Amino acid sequence: MTGVVMSIGAVALVWWLFAVASGPEAYATFLWVAGSIIGKIAIAGWLFTFYYHLCNGIRHLFWDAGRGFELTQARRSGWTVVGVSSIATVPSWLVAFL
Amino acid sequence: MSMKSPLGKVLGLGSAKEGTEHWWTQRVTAVAMVPLMLWFVISTLTMPSYDFAAVSAWIATPLNAVLLLLTSGTLLYHSALGTQVVIEDYVKGFAKVVTLILARFAYFALGAAAAFAILRVSLGS
Repeated sequence: MTGVVMSIGAVALVWWLFAVASGPEAYATFLWVAGSIIGKIAIAGWLFTFYYHLCNGIRHLFWDAGRGFELTQARRSGWTVVGVSSIATVPSWLVAFL
Repeated sequence: MSMKSPLGKVLGLGSAKEGTEHWWTQRVTAVAMVPLMLWFVISTLTMPSYDFAAVSAWIATPLNAVLLLLTSGTLLYHSALGTQVVIEDYVKGFAKVVTLILARFAYFALGAAAAFAILRVSLGS
């Protein structure tokens, strides 16, 4: 689910690079979309989704290694993911939008 | 200890071939992206300016260009693997095959576009 959101973000990332390579006019179009309300909401959403996907991905890597399967550990790591991704998101939003 | 020969142990279990490759590559690209994406997100967030000249100059730095190639390549690879699983799980029948092929085409196009864009900005047009 968050992976699908991140994949859309990957397309936006390629668009950003391609717009820069295409020249100032194409880049101005990109900046206009990125700076619109919808663009800002998307960037804000991608930032939280990124940190969440990152943290939960690390959690899954530990599971893949056979660690952290106890119910109490899984609960604790689940809340850690929510907490760390939220804590990382707030300063990112401040840097991005202030 | 089993007295079975190595061949006897695996006979009848089905084809192995590249069975674990998709799963394993998904993990390897995930590990690679922990530093790469953190670098990308922090660098782009803290850019002093997003105007054309500043962003072009940032991409053109050799270190940034190489890291961008690695990041976009790994990101698209990881994204392609994940998207493939979503399609395999949620699209049925003939549409599944068509969607899988179209998704693969799209990812190759995105990868080519990203690589070309980074190289053009960094090497000059």
